[in-house]
Amino acid sequence: MVEASFPKSWKKSSKPHKFCPGCGQALALKNLGFAIDKLQIADRMVYGCDIGCSLLTWDMFEVDTIQTHHGRVLPTMIGFKLAKPSAITLAFMGDGGGYAIGAQHLVNAVMRDDPVTIILINNANYAMTGGQMAPTTLVGQKVTTSPNGRDWQKVGLPIHGPEMLAQIASENAYIARTISTDINDCQEKIRKALQNQIDGRGISFLEIISMCPINWHTDTLESLAFSEKEMVEVYPIKEFKCPQKLS
Amino acid sequence: MAKELLTGNQAVVKAALAVGAQMMTGYPITPITEILEAWAEATVKNPNIKFLQTEDEMSAGFAMIGGLLSGAKSFTATSGPGNVLMQDAFTMAENMRLPTVAFINQRGGPSTGTVIYSQQEVNLTCFGGNGEGLRIVYSVGNVQEMYDYAIKAFNTAWKYRFPTFVLGDGYSAKTLTEIDVYSLDEKKIEIVPASAYLLKDKSENDKCVNMRNCYNLESELSDLLNRHQEAFNSIKSEIVEYDDYHTLDAEVVVFAHGNIAVSAKQAIDALRSENKKVGLFRPITLNPFPKETAQAVIKNKKMIVVIESSLGQFANIVKTNIYGASTPIKKIAHPALGINPDEIYDQLNNILKELNG
Repeated sequence: MVEASFPKSWKKSSKPHKFCPGCGQALALKNLGFAIDKLQIADRMVYGCDIGCSLLTWDMFEVDTIQTHHGRVLPTMIGFKLAKPSAITLAFMGDGGGYAIGAQHLVNAVMRDDPVTIILINNANYAMTGGQMAPTTLVGQKVTTSPNGRDWQKVGLPIHGPEMLAQIASENAYIARTISTDINDCQEKIRKALQNQIDGRGISFLEIISMCPINWHTDTLESLAFSEKEMVEVYPIKEFKCPQKLS
Repeated sequence: MAKELLTGNQAVVKAALAVGAQMMTGYPITPITEILEAWAEATVKNPNIKFLQTEDEMSAGFAMIGGLLSGAKSFTATSGPGNVLMQDAFTMAENMRLPTVAFINQRGGPSTGTVIYSQQEVNLTCFGGNGEGLRIVYSVGNVQEMYDYAIKAFNTAWKYRFPTFVLGDGYSAKTLTEIDVYSLDEKKIEIVPASAYLLKDKSENDKCVNMRNCYNLESELSDLLNRHQEAFNSIKSEIVEYDDYHTLDAEVVVFAHGNIAVSAKQAIDALRSENKKVGLFRPITLNPFPKETAQAVIKNKKMIVVIESSLGQFANIVKTNIYGASTPIKKIAHPALGINPDEIYDQLNNILKELNG
């Protein structure tokens, strides 16, 4: 029998994980787990998670974790890092936590170049509460609070987080976007987003495009198609800022 | 012990340094701004202590929590609308029993309102947020008390692990006066040490720590809150503080806190010199409230007079805690206004005349 391959840093007792079947976040977190293993930082990192689906990760890893309030994981991790600079601090959040209710924290953290790592899941909706419109919802995408699809003339165009943050980030910042289903790209960018902090440079921000079949009302193939084609067309997979010395 | 000329806000920073505070996060707002400034100044001299001016009070509150999770004695200071925004962090601290320390210098509400004085943040500080009000709140009334209770607040927070507040106002915060500045050794005050919640020094077999405030079942949260309440009740008697001043033979007992209690004390001294039987009961901890003592103090009194710079936030707390007593209560409520000893003297004199004919 072939044994499934799981990251060493995943906590066995909390598996199977709490995400819906087909959720892209579980995949993103598996990639994160392998990156933590590769960097061997499980015993010196603190993982903070926000509210929304991200709270389901409070006991996901065999690392010290703290689950905070909606939008507030980033200041919590910034405070931890300030008090204990030797810690590797990771703030994990959704697109609501980062781009809506916690947006002021994100903008100011990037302006200050706080030396923490941020991973933000973009699944184009508010998933935990049942599929409401998010800042990342695509134009025309039907969500429960915009039943006819996002009308850009009324509520504006989807937010481009990494692109926006790159405008105010320092040369020490690492800012990128990836997708949970491209295992190599996703793992490598997570590794770099953590390595940049380990090296003692500036802030690191990674947006991960992720599938939400339950709220998108899509089957497996449709979920892949929506995330890998429609979302990627709007949200290009790339590195927007990468310090020269980061490898 | 040395005499020093300090404002209340400067005294807070002196005290915080004396008791080993290591980190402050905050957002400028009158009347606490000088706490930020004096702490920022202190970090220039001592790079081992940390400071972050955050983008808002939510960030300040949660960054403080981040700091203390690492085992650093961290604190914040705020007022008025900042106190409203910070309730998000305080409720998390309350629900997880985290030893946050916050200096609240009250100002008039709502947002800009007036920026120096009021006693309108009593409800918010004692019971704010979507929690149960399991918080420790010291109400201070002058510069010396700001120094004394700043020291005490850190020790109380780390000993009992409930969010701890020093509730003051801009009058005390901005008054420059001479106070006694002492070292902890002189007063034989032991520093309660901090300890890390996350990234503790682990031995081989120690498991990782996963902290949360989300629960799968209502009963899980209910059990936790009941345990918190039990813990809070069991430490009440060690925490409650009050000033019981000339109440034994008094006909009329004044209930006041903070700045107004200091004012009332002067009025009572003046009345006592004329052999008038008035006394003062001043709760120093508004939460937990010195309930049993308050109930004992008012027995056989002709009247209770509650005086405060709010429409009745403090009076409501008093009434709740003396429930069942038949002593009549009179309120002197000047929302957002200071109340001088002269006025208290006159009002009490009138009350005594009415009572005794």
